[in-house]
Amino acid sequence: MSLPTITPATEPLDTYTLNMGPQHPSTHGVLRLVLTLRGERIVKVDPVLGYGHRAHEKMAENRTYAQFLPNTSRQDYLSGMIYNFAWVEAVEKMAGITVPERALIARVILAEFNRISSHLLWIGAFLLDLGAATPFLYTFDDREAILGLLETVTGSRLTYCTGRFGGLSRDLDADFPRRAREVIAKLKARWPEIEALVEDNVIFRHRARGVGVFTRQQCLDYGVTGPCLRGSGIAYDVRKAEPYGAYPRFDFEVPTRTEGDALARYEVRVAEMVQSVRIIEQALDQLPDGPILNTDSAGIKKRLKLPAGTLYYAVESARGAYGIVIVSEGGTEPYRAKFRTPSYANLAVILDAMPGTMIADAVAILGSLDLVIPEIDR
Amino acid sequence: MLATLRDWLAGYIGTFAATLLLGVAAIMGFLAFNTLFLIWLERKVSAHIQRRYGPMEVGFHGALQTVADMLKLLGKQLLTPVASDRFVYLLAPVLVFVPVLCIASLVPLAGAEGFADMPYGLLVIVALSGVTVIAIFAAGWSSNNKYAVLGGMRSVSQVIAYEIPVLLAALSVTLVAQTTDLRHIVEAQRAFVPFLLVQPVAALLYMIGITAETNRAPFDIPEAESELVGGFHTEYSGMRFALFFFAEYSNMLVLGALGATLFLGGWSGPWLPGPVWLLLKAYAVILVMMWMRWTFPRLRFDQLMSFAWKLLIPIALLNVLVTALVLWRIG
Repeated sequence: MSLPTITPATEPLDTYTLNMGPQHPSTHGVLRLVLTLRGERIVKVDPVLGYGHRAHEKMAENRTYAQFLPNTSRQDYLSGMIYNFAWVEAVEKMAGITVPERALIARVILAEFNRISSHLLWIGAFLLDLGAATPFLYTFDDREAILGLLETVTGSRLTYCTGRFGGLSRDLDADFPRRAREVIAKLKARWPEIEALVEDNVIFRHRARGVGVFTRQQCLDYGVTGPCLRGSGIAYDVRKAEPYGAYPRFDFEVPTRTEGDALARYEVRVAEMVQSVRIIEQALDQLPDGPILNTDSAGIKKRLKLPAGTLYYAVESARGAYGIVIVSEGGTEPYRAKFRTPSYANLAVILDAMPGTMIADAVAILGSLDLVIPEIDR
Repeated sequence: MLATLRDWLAGYIGTFAATLLLGVAAIMGFLAFNTLFLIWLERKVSAHIQRRYGPMEVGFHGALQTVADMLKLLGKQLLTPVASDRFVYLLAPVLVFVPVLCIASLVPLAGAEGFADMPYGLLVIVALSGVTVIAIFAAGWSSNNKYAVLGGMRSVSQVIAYEIPVLLAALSVTLVAQTTDLRHIVEAQRAFVPFLLVQPVAALLYMIGITAETNRAPFDIPEAESELVGGFHTEYSGMRFALFFFAEYSNMLVLGALGATLFLGGWSGPWLPGPVWLLLKAYAVILVMMWMRWTFPRLRFDQLMSFAWKLLIPIALLNVLVTALVLWRIG
């Protein structure tokens, strides 16, 4: 019985191809990497995308602005809140809808909690890629506290849809600040433990230091954003560079590292969580009373029409700059919606960074990027 | 009772065959029971390290969970890849188990007991434990799967590298005890102190070495779930997969028991009978291995190799040299 040839006939004899994915425990979803290997060393990497394509951009053209709301958090299911608010804020900006103070601040609180939960999950998943199973459970425990808190406000745990044009769907209850501070206290108590388990571990440092170095130039060339860019020494954060929402009112830093390796990206994310907690604490102090939804505006009308025109709106998601382009012709549905998702550009940099490393490094590099594949495929 | 059974059997098939049959059956039976227990223990230990409960439903604190799992594996379909090297593919799971079984029969359980008794026990054990790697490579190669081949190749280079420090650690014990007979090694510790105190460096080397030899984290690169999706046993299903598992956990027990014999005084100890002491000490070694597994990330392949060749082996050689010099001075 003759078998179909799997290896291409033209392949040179000293290398071989290895299909990593689409079903592989370390590609975090349905990413496929076609690796050309010489022994354990990677000669060439070929990412194949599109296994998780759900046509979000096309769907946006066939739905009213409000009907598209649930789609937003399904692009990046780990920082869905941020994506949800981004869409809401983009539409608000285009339609000129004002948002009450309380809702602005509440959005910052919820979004930053979402960012911390995303980073926590990343730490666990990254360590799992490096072969340590225990930190995964630890960070999930902390993340659980955040999810529980967000559930009390939004009613959902992962794919949030709490933003409304002109505010939020539900108000924060009177007890919320206390519960939020409790969660923060729990997080703060846990950080030294994770530090002892992860950062001080000599094997972890060996596996992450000097692995997958992205130079400044590579980052700029490929349009890398988020913690990956800041790990390479460029202090670009949309929250500072093009402030949106209530962010200009809060005092926070943009942590950077200059090494550009996987360890730097880890350190940046850990430092970012500390900054997020700083923002949340300030926001909780400033949280004013008042309405949570602008009930006078056009935002809650059934048929919201945006003026004709084009708008680009960007926010800083947990993975980097998330951009929305809305092209409106004045109807109830966008003529075109385009999403600039950070993971796509962040993934591209592996074309330069992966060749020359080993398979285990490939897994570490991929893990350090914090990819959400459905967000790349959309 | 065992003796009565043996005599009864001997009437039909002769004394030698009866002893062999009973011995193999007893060791197999015990190793099977031990594997079920160790898997349960591993799940419980990992769960408590990770602030979970682990299995709780089947039996008292999930004690029968592994039995249920084993029954499930028995019912699973045995898949054989079309493009595999069929003979080798089917042979590998059996072959992986044979050396473990042989070694298990060589570890002395108590003063006069033990299934086999030979003056060169330690050498035979070291020789046999090298056979396992052939089975693992056979499994990886015959599966005709690139991940499995990679896992098999990693395994060969890893076991060869880490067998040397284990061998040298055992050699320094041999130097102190002046014998390769495991029973005499234990007797020497009974007369003196456990060799852990005399040879702490060798004990550490042995511990690291057996962790690598049993393919456990942080040296689990041949299996490397997140890189190689299981490595050499990727293509095995059902009971064939269970046999690899069986061999791995039996190997842990056997190497743990050997470690207990070499460094912790083996079966000697007050109040309790010898086999109980040996098991307790072996499980203590295994618990340390589990603790390491659930704490550390995995090393990279090249780091693993340079750790063995550039650090462990020189230290082991130096340890042997220093031991020999000290013995020569005082001897």
